[in-house]
Amino acid sequence: MDHTLGPVEHPLEADRGPAPERPAPPRGDKDEGRGAPVGRRIVLGMVGLGAAGILVGDRVNAALERFFRPVTENDPTGLTSFVPSAGRFRIYSVVSFDPVRSDAEYRLTVDGLVDTPLKLSLADLKDRPPTKLVKDFQCVTGWRVPEVPWTGVLLRDLLEEAGVQSNATHLRIYSFDGAYTESLTLDQARRDDVMAAYEMLDGPVEQIHGGPVRLYVAPMYGYKSLKWLDRIEVVDEMNPGYWEVRGYDVDAWVGSSNGREGDAPT
Amino acid sequence: MTPANHVTPATPATQVTPTVERFTRAERWLHWATAVLVLTAAITGLILYVGPLTALFDRRELLKTVHVYSGLAMPVPLVAAYAGRWRDKVRADLRRLNRWTPGDWRWLRSRGRVAGDQVGKFNAGQKANAAFIAGMIPVMMATGSIMRWFDPFPLEWRTGATFVHDWTAIATWLVVTGHILVAFSKPPALGSMLRGRISAAWARDHHPRWVPDADGATPTMAEPSPASQEEPWTSASG
Repeated sequence: MDHTLGPVEHPLEADRGPAPERPAPPRGDKDEGRGAPVGRRIVLGMVGLGAAGILVGDRVNAALERFFRPVTENDPTGLTSFVPSAGRFRIYSVVSFDPVRSDAEYRLTVDGLVDTPLKLSLADLKDRPPTKLVKDFQCVTGWRVPEVPWTGVLLRDLLEEAGVQSNATHLRIYSFDGAYTESLTLDQARRDDVMAAYEMLDGPVEQIHGGPVRLYVAPMYGYKSLKWLDRIEVVDEMNPGYWEVRGYDVDAWVGSSNGREGDAPT
Repeated sequence: MTPANHVTPATPATQVTPTVERFTRAERWLHWATAVLVLTAAITGLILYVGPLTALFDRRELLKTVHVYSGLAMPVPLVAAYAGRWRDKVRADLRRLNRWTPGDWRWLRSRGRVAGDQVGKFNAGQKANAAFIAGMIPVMMATGSIMRWFDPFPLEWRTGATFVHDWTAIATWLVVTGHILVAFSKPPALGSMLRGRISAAWARDHHPRWVPDADGATPTMAEPSPASQEEPWTSASG
């Protein structure tokens, strides 16, 4: 497996050896084997550009995204969403199947260290005072979708309704994909830009985006905005989430975590 | 695939087209095995990249696995092509693809890319295509590996690798689509990649500076099947 740009096997370097070892041009070919090794130059040029792109691509990408933004924001065809660096969602999932739950069978559980555990249907959520936000979605891998409209119920309101007990400090949040989890401190969860969202991009949250209900943690990188929201457990200790176990920062503020100081806060 | 040395004496009743060997069996295997891997990675990659297409598939992890391993396997046909006694002709052709003569540049600039009299076994378009694919494979393998196994690398590398992988993928779609369109517009050339042989007349007209028997192949008279007259890319083993 090729993890590096190290010596890479490719055909046009095959005759790189010292001149005496090269096979003679096939006898009779009029000028085969003569001429400049342009093929090799193309290959080496591409490998060089690729290596440079790995090193500075995050900055080039951000610049291109700013450049494309006026176009992508006013594009009624949606075609620009196929262009890299044009501010589009990429679909990530950590499980091998598609987590699906219909609107009718959907329930959100709020339990743990609370006075009144809640079990809310989608209709129950929509009965509560909605909050609308229009905010960017920034992924820790670099892509950013500008000015996404969100509608949902603030976690603060749900926690207040359930009655958080005094010894509680954190939330442990579960996805119904059965694998993904996230964590928030109570203070983070009570911000006015952290919600259980049931609308996104001017419609119901699509299944691939984590519908029917997902978390949206506006000021943090996308991995905090857990998809397919199933359960919010109020706890008294920090349990690092799926990606946090794997090295991402627990406090995932956009622009001041994960070594990404260049990102503008969302 | 026609046996390379199959010689049928001309009879007055059948029309006989002289053909010459263009690609050995090993070279054709190298081409088609690489083609299958590149197309597999391109199609699975497109599905993983385009959100609405992604939504149609609920086995995304499987798609991802197929995508990653078809990519990692791309150098295998080349290694195999170098593994046996068949390597000499492979090597001779890679050498021809590498070298660009002044005649190649003239052909590239000429209106309508007419053969002129300077083109060897491969024209500049074929050489550029081969070089692009040879450069694309290590770039996509390296960037794809960083995207897939990102743990040991700085996070900016993951972003940079994603950036390079995306744009190189778009370029590859354009180049491969162009390659396929040109192949279908030149049935004898496509046929030679399927069966190994090409008509001596085509070789003379389009590749005047190639001497087909230079590396040992002798022009032979192959028996054309009726089908191969209209559809030279279908089997000629009449």
